Amino acid sequence: MADNPSLKNNPSLDAWLALTGDGEIVARPGKVDIGQRISTALRAIVADEMGVRLDRVRMAPPSTDTHPDEGVTAGSNSIQQSGGALRAAAATARRHLLARAAAKLDADPESLEVADGLVTLKGTNQSVSYWELMQNRPFGIEVDADAPRIAREAHRLIGSELAPAGIADMVTGGFRFVHDLAWPDMRHARPVRPPRYGARLEGLDEAAVERLLTDGVSVVRDGSYLAAAADDEFAAIRGAERLARAARWSGGALDDADIFEGLRTNERISLPVADGKPAREPVPPLFGDATLTASYERPYLMHGSMAPSASAALFKDGRLQVWTHSQGIHPLRLTLAEALGLDAGAVTVNHVPGAGCYGHNGADDAAFDAAMVAGALPGRPVLLKWTRDDEHAWEPYGSAMAMDLAARLDDQGRITDWSHESFSDTHVARPRPGPGGAGPARLVALRHLGDSKPTFTPQPNMNFESGMHRNLTPGYDLGRPRLVKHLVRGMPLRTSSLRCLGAGGNVFAIESFMDELAAHAGRDALQFRLDHLSDPRAHAVLEAAASGIGWGRPAAEGRGLGLAYARYAATKAYAAVAVELSVGDDARIRLHRAEIAADVGEVIDMAGVRSQMEGGFLQAASWALYEQVAFDAGGITSRDWESYPILGFDNVPEIAVTVIDRPDEPPLGAGEALGGPTPAAIANAVYRASGLRLRRMPFTPDALRAAAMA
Amino acid sequence: MAEMRTFELKVNGETREITADPAAPLLLVLRNQLGLTGAKFGCGLEQCGACAVLVDGEAVLTCNAAAADFQGRDIVTVEGLAAEGALNAVQQAFILAGAAQCGYCLPGMVVAATALFDANPQPSDDEIKDALASQLCRCGTHARILAALRELRDG
Repeated sequence: MADNPSLKNNPSLDAWLALTGDGEIVARPGKVDIGQRISTALRAIVADEMGVRLDRVRMAPPSTDTHPDEGVTAGSNSIQQSGGALRAAAATARRHLLARAAAKLDADPESLEVADGLVTLKGTNQSVSYWELMQNRPFGIEVDADAPRIAREAHRLIGSELAPAGIADMVTGGFRFVHDLAWPDMRHARPVRPPRYGARLEGLDEAAVERLLTDGVSVVRDGSYLAAAADDEFAAIRGAERLARAARWSGGALDDADIFEGLRTNERISLPVADGKPAREPVPPLFGDATLTASYERPYLMHGSMAPSASAALFKDGRLQVWTHSQGIHPLRLTLAEALGLDAGAVTVNHVPGAGCYGHNGADDAAFDAAMVAGALPGRPVLLKWTRDDEHAWEPYGSAMAMDLAARLDDQGRITDWSHESFSDTHVARPRPGPGGAGPARLVALRHLGDSKPTFTPQPNMNFESGMHRNLTPGYDLGRPRLVKHLVRGMPLRTSSLRCLGAGGNVFAIESFMDELAAHAGRDALQFRLDHLSDPRAHAVLEAAASGIGWGRPAAEGRGLGLAYARYAATKAYAAVAVELSVGDDARIRLHRAEIAADVGEVIDMAGVRSQMEGGFLQAASWALYEQVAFDAGGITSRDWESYPILGFDNVPEIAVTVIDRPDEPPLGAGEALGGPTPAAIANAVYRASGLRLRRMPFTPDALRAAAMA
Repeated sequence: MAEMRTFELKVNGETREITADPAAPLLLVLRNQLGLTGAKFGCGLEQCGACAVLVDGEAVLTCNAAAADFQGRDIVTVEGLAAEGALNAVQQAFILAGAAQCGYCLPGMVVAATALFDANPQPSDDEIKDALASQLCRCGTHARILAALRELRDG
């Protein structure tokens, strides 16, 4: 707990919790809801730890003016960081309140009991409430990371199936997203993007612009940056379409050479990785005479949020206010200030829910767009929305990856040597302040502005289990494997953090290769894994998933079983998934069943964990079966849901989730545990169903036919 | 500038007078003129289902269909499904099953499922999947939604 960065950076108890006069506890976590239901779990932590009903705890709308800086809501860290900080804060507050109650009631703190915030001297009718004790005053103390936690037996919410916060509003249409914001004098805005990366605005049909202005449409232009705004949303949409037709663009062809060729042959920075961290050292040579080598690949993937990115902004009296669905309101605030030449003190960023984001999508870019338009229309609130085309074509994708694996087996069928090299563009390009304007340079619209702006050249991420090397280290007992990350230059598409980062490609490769090695050694794929795993928690999830699917039974004709396992980012959730699928005569893969087993340590919200497991599986199954960003020299060609298809209800299997609750272990995030194992489990099952080994995602009918011809 | 037109729409049981560009999609009129923001914009291409409302009892996508073309039709939005505050059976089933993640697709899901159950209270699993075939979800809430609707069917 002492190394919790959220607490270290925000030690004051008042930063986290406030008791308001009307019997409420207001919690202010710096992590935000991004569709993963984190606030449901955080509320339960505060309620249980302070001994109050759930509905007494209110989550204040996050704002940089009022909420602690917890960086970015990412990396499955919220339960550990925000949850850990709130738990310590609530425990500190409870101890403080009990001490004050003891003084007030002239009693020993041990002789007090708490029921829904009412502190009573046991066996008497003498009592005082938290709110009477506090009288709306701040605590004025620091969070004690070691404040004693409430006994597990006293938990009434933690570990149970909690109802998702806001669900009643969601199913009746009352839940407010950033897209639903409205002010009486608001202008609606749309950006007008170039046709492709790097294209410059040659000129505008000025007569057409004049007609737009006459029709009440504002035109924002700065270099190659264009946007249209109007009082009415449909007028803004039509205005943006007219502005697009009035624009003449030039240049900016994309390099449409084969991306997997590029990953292996472009200029790159190559670093060895040991103990989860890259080192600026020479790459050790590959061992000779490998028993088996194999290469795996995945294409560029989209976040594909259901809602195109949006943001509201108001520039008034020299102050900028922004409403955004960004994952990092504090880093965004500093970035916006830097990009717009404002003092950071003049910028407030407020979080408003967006649709599920799954990583760094267009949210921050849209916030900058809204700020640009608001700057041109001072005094008027602006609600700017991207189109579906904008989102598909301009979001920062999950990088394409190539993984080259090699291993040696001894004559007992044990792995003696292991090598894994990953080739990828960056997975970490979020806007955040840094030297040379590094943060603003990561905003898409900055590239379009008139004057010269800094450009962003990604540097290798050197942190533990981060970026491309997340889950590069196999979770198996393999001594000192040879691990290399290659940060590749000159790749064609804009990339940043997509759910799971490098683990998405790395675990697909590792868990496919484990099956290939097991087959080579003539061993059962489950037993082969267990033989290389000493961690009993890993055994437990693998065995639970395998038992659920009926591992070892003969599959029906045309069907196959496959499984895969990983511990996310080496220190986080354990998860195994087993699938049963069939490959049809039409070369389509049909998913029939999925058995998921997960160990996230102490479970806070059982329903939330199950939902994240089901959702994580289905999204990764979608990546595996359907998804790849397509482009040519003229630009991105995946511009809607037909040119970038995703999983629909027609291929949703029966899903069972076993959650192994370990109340004595620290709680761990659940959202990214299955992004790696799922594509591997599917590939392994396809192999058993059809004899075809698929090493490149997605596993489309064309890919299956090509594999059958090979 | 586009010519504005005044016309009437029957929405959630009330007749409302609308003044709008005749080409304006029903979705924008519902959201911006009537303040009914339950139906969502997802694609503007009738590909994702987020904008679905009931029109004469059937789930209809509204992101691309001109509002003026819905005169004389009976429009019910997700807000109108909870008559006098009582949630309909589909809405209750979603809540009971905890079928929600980010929630952006849910209004469209609820509308499509309501149209199905109004027409066929005992749909097969395949009929449920068919009725939701044009509703996209990116969080992977599908399994929970299917569980909710099976529970509703099997009561």
